[in-house]
Amino acid sequence: MDPRLEIIGERLKDIKRSIAISGGKGGIGKSSVASTIALTLSSLGHKVGLLDLDFYGPSTHVILGITGIYPQEEKGIVPPEVHGIKFMSIIYYARDNPSPLRGADVSNAMIELLAITRWGQLDFLIVDMPPGIGDATLDMIRLMKKTGFLIVTTQSKVTLETVKKILEMLKELEVPIIGVIENMKMLKSSSVREQIREFDVPLLGEIDFDKNLEASTGDANQLLQTDFAQSVRRIVLSTPEFKL
Amino acid sequence: MHEWALAEGIIATALKAAEKENFQGITKIKIKLGELQQVDEDIVKFALQEIAKFQSPMLKQTEIELENEKAVLKCRVCGHRWAFGDVMKELSEEDSESIHFVPDIAHVYIRCPKCNSPDFEIVEGRGVWIEYIEGE
Repeated sequence: MDPRLEIIGERLKDIKRSIAISGGKGGIGKSSVASTIALTLSSLGHKVGLLDLDFYGPSTHVILGITGIYPQEEKGIVPPEVHGIKFMSIIYYARDNPSPLRGADVSNAMIELLAITRWGQLDFLIVDMPPGIGDATLDMIRLMKKTGFLIVTTQSKVTLETVKKILEMLKELEVPIIGVIENMKMLKSSSVREQIREFDVPLLGEIDFDKNLEASTGDANQLLQTDFAQSVRRIVLSTPEFKL
Repeated sequence: MHEWALAEGIIATALKAAEKENFQGITKIKIKLGELQQVDEDIVKFALQEIAKFQSPMLKQTEIELENEKAVLKCRVCGHRWAFGDVMKELSEEDSESIHFVPDIAHVYIRCPKCNSPDFEIVEGRGVWIEYIEGE
């Protein structure tokens, strides 16, 4: 018997709401959205955790400029707090090295982290997911049952096709879907709204492509000043799932 | 004391399994400690005893048996099998500690001694595992 599975619920019991930021493709801004949502919720006075589950390409620490910190060991591991956010990532253990993990290894590593991380009391746990519907997503659905999914997409037809597959799977499994964010919008078009209509999920907002976003990488304060962050803030303030 | 978190998992799992079997008490828990995770056996035992004291009357008379299991790795590319114990001393303290927390991180720091591939299978001895529980 795997002794880790039974304790995961206990580790998450004091988290009021967990939200997975997911999407079908890499490079569509999931990690930027996840990081900025976490910063925004923290700035609104909430207790926030950010869990980066993208083991192949963890990037929230790069976006937020997190370096030189390590979890404390106290009957498990306690995530350090940065910018008011309790931050957990595989980078504490893999550091800057590539993680050549197969699916079963990803699943095992994720279970290990969930079993030993002591988040304590949180209003929100924001989870940055790897792209697609692989092991991490399936384990999230299996092990963190109350987690709601927020799907990031762009106008790209290629991205939208993958997003539709995720929405279809989440619907089939009756996983809560908070809604869809259209990111990096460059053309006035209602294609995303039209494409997701059949799934009956809300389009939470549209975020215009922000050419200044890249310059804010590594500086959380600068990130919060961007038009991108202002758009994320509007989405957070107008989405019921971000209110307790 | 990351071992404490693992011990809590063992107790929670044993209690759940005992409930399923309609046991009135758990008489024995047999646990395997995989070498790759490098947990401290004494700390695990101490944590289990401490948690059991306060957790449930079902654990009042429980014998806890711990067995260390050697870790064996097998390369998926060339098929070579080797013992983690043979390469353990080559790891830095920092790398070793990372594997202690998340054993699958071994793929980051260990390579097949024959072909240098990181694509290997952890055949046995990954981490903490409950072999069986006995009850009445």
